[in-house]
Amino acid sequence: MPTPATLNPTAPISGCASGRCGSSSQQLDELDASVTQRVQDHPCYSEEAHKYFARMHVAVAPACNIQCNYCNRKYDCSNESRPGVVSEVLTAAQAVKKTLAVAAAIPQMSVLGIAGPGDALANPERTFETFAGLSERAPDLKLCLSTNGLMLPQYVDKIADYHVDHVTITINCIDPDIGAQIYPWIFWNHRRVTGREASEILISQQQKGLEMLVARGILVKVNSVMIPGINDQHLKEVSRVVRAKGAFLHNVMPLISDPVHGTHFGLTGQRGPTQQELKALQDECAGDMNMMRHCQQCRADAVGMLGEDRGAEFTLEKVEAMQIDEHAAMGRRIALRAAINAELAEKRAARHATNAQVIALHRAAPAPGRAVRMAVASSTGAVIDTHFGHARFFHIIEVTADGVQALGTRAAAQYCGGEADCGEAENTLARTLASLADCEVMLCSRIGIEPWGKLEAAGIRPDGSHAMEAVAPAAQAVWQAMLESGQLADAPAHQRRA
Amino acid sequence: MALEIIAGCVNCWACVSLCPHQAIIEAQPHFLIDPLRCTECVDAHATPQCAAICPVEGVIVDELGEPLNPPGSLSPPARVG
Repeated sequence: MPTPATLNPTAPISGCASGRCGSSSQQLDELDASVTQRVQDHPCYSEEAHKYFARMHVAVAPACNIQCNYCNRKYDCSNESRPGVVSEVLTAAQAVKKTLAVAAAIPQMSVLGIAGPGDALANPERTFETFAGLSERAPDLKLCLSTNGLMLPQYVDKIADYHVDHVTITINCIDPDIGAQIYPWIFWNHRRVTGREASEILISQQQKGLEMLVARGILVKVNSVMIPGINDQHLKEVSRVVRAKGAFLHNVMPLISDPVHGTHFGLTGQRGPTQQELKALQDECAGDMNMMRHCQQCRADAVGMLGEDRGAEFTLEKVEAMQIDEHAAMGRRIALRAAINAELAEKRAARHATNAQVIALHRAAPAPGRAVRMAVASSTGAVIDTHFGHARFFHIIEVTADGVQALGTRAAAQYCGGEADCGEAENTLARTLASLADCEVMLCSRIGIEPWGKLEAAGIRPDGSHAMEAVAPAAQAVWQAMLESGQLADAPAHQRRA
Repeated sequence: MALEIIAGCVNCWACVSLCPHQAIIEAQPHFLIDPLRCTECVDAHATPQCAAICPVEGVIVDELGEPLNPPGSLSPPARVG
């Protein structure tokens, strides 16, 4: 679909050009804590994050199942028509390869999105095949998709299955009479539907999809294209309704209607909003809604930090020639992300320290308790969600009274490969244990009794009691318990053994 | 009996995955229909799927050269108000 997320106005070429442009820091601080954690390294959702983290879109979804008056499909999307701009349509395999190449070259990469040039869910095979490949080979990347919502209810379960945690729905109206001025037709149940009926179906699917996503705990952002004289006043109502239903962010974007793009609106003289009109509407919608203001209306194949496009460095031809150590690249990303998030957490804490701070006149005594190194079985490093035997790598962290520091990842000599591998199990487990010899604790979602004993014998205490909890607080709790039971006065067990 | 894609097609891909017989061929300068595979959907759907989703008027034609989406058929209605 003509995903407005792919619209490209006169965006700055690189970096963030505006000083205060996001869903503001204060707003993010006020968001529910779990939401904050989930958006903190997402450049599109957090004003802070977009200066530190990068995203990319892979153009695997060319087909669209609706027509919007602000889109000309001749150029994939009206905003793809800037001079010199050509987007490659990728197969899922090509998209996975390109993503791995970009994520190896740009360790700030935290998010992979599918945003057209058509509609992600009008191309379900391509979209989900791409997600499948990436959740296998780059499980640390957040996945998101952008959709017009027409097919959303049908795919919500699949979206949840792939742990896609951010979905953007373009909702331009909730009134079919307004919709009829924006959408001339949709493709529905194997036929073309036109006029008001088309908008009725589209709107009802969008709203149903929004509710279903929210019910499953998937973050939903709503994009709206502001079209003066058609939906500009109405968008205040849209904002109110989508927020009531649980969308966490509303992004009002300006219509782009340069006649040169050949869109219906462009050719019929429909104007876009002025900066003042856009800001006024955003302010009005912001009354009780988190508003997003740093949107750059990226291309459907954008690569890099928000506002920059490094796509030209990663053409298919160039990607083919690249040699990539996927695992090492993932380790670099996870370590960088942890460092940036720690820095951001400090800034957030500082913002909240509004009262006069106590000035320490004496150097504080070092906190009691030594650092404890732990291995974590986790797909992303954020949640303890992996069975010890299924882990293909472990996140290594060091825990002190001050917090949790990420030290990178280590590959597991995955021993639990099924019956056929059992003969080898003994050796592979031994190799895994050897690579984790400096760790004292193994945090995992589950672990079999056999490896449990072997880990303990190797001086690594398995702990499955924090399954599905966030890594940092769980690790701190384990550390605190060790401190209280007096285990942290001495050197680590493996050092004592040595 | 087969439909044909003619010049004017913008290669938007919309029809490709809908064809029940995989008769749409990605090609330059525009996508094509394999006449040996195309059944005009008479065996599968009430209406030919490629024509039902094609966003461009006049580029999918039947054996007589008659467009399935004739000029004017996909144009948005005149602006109200």
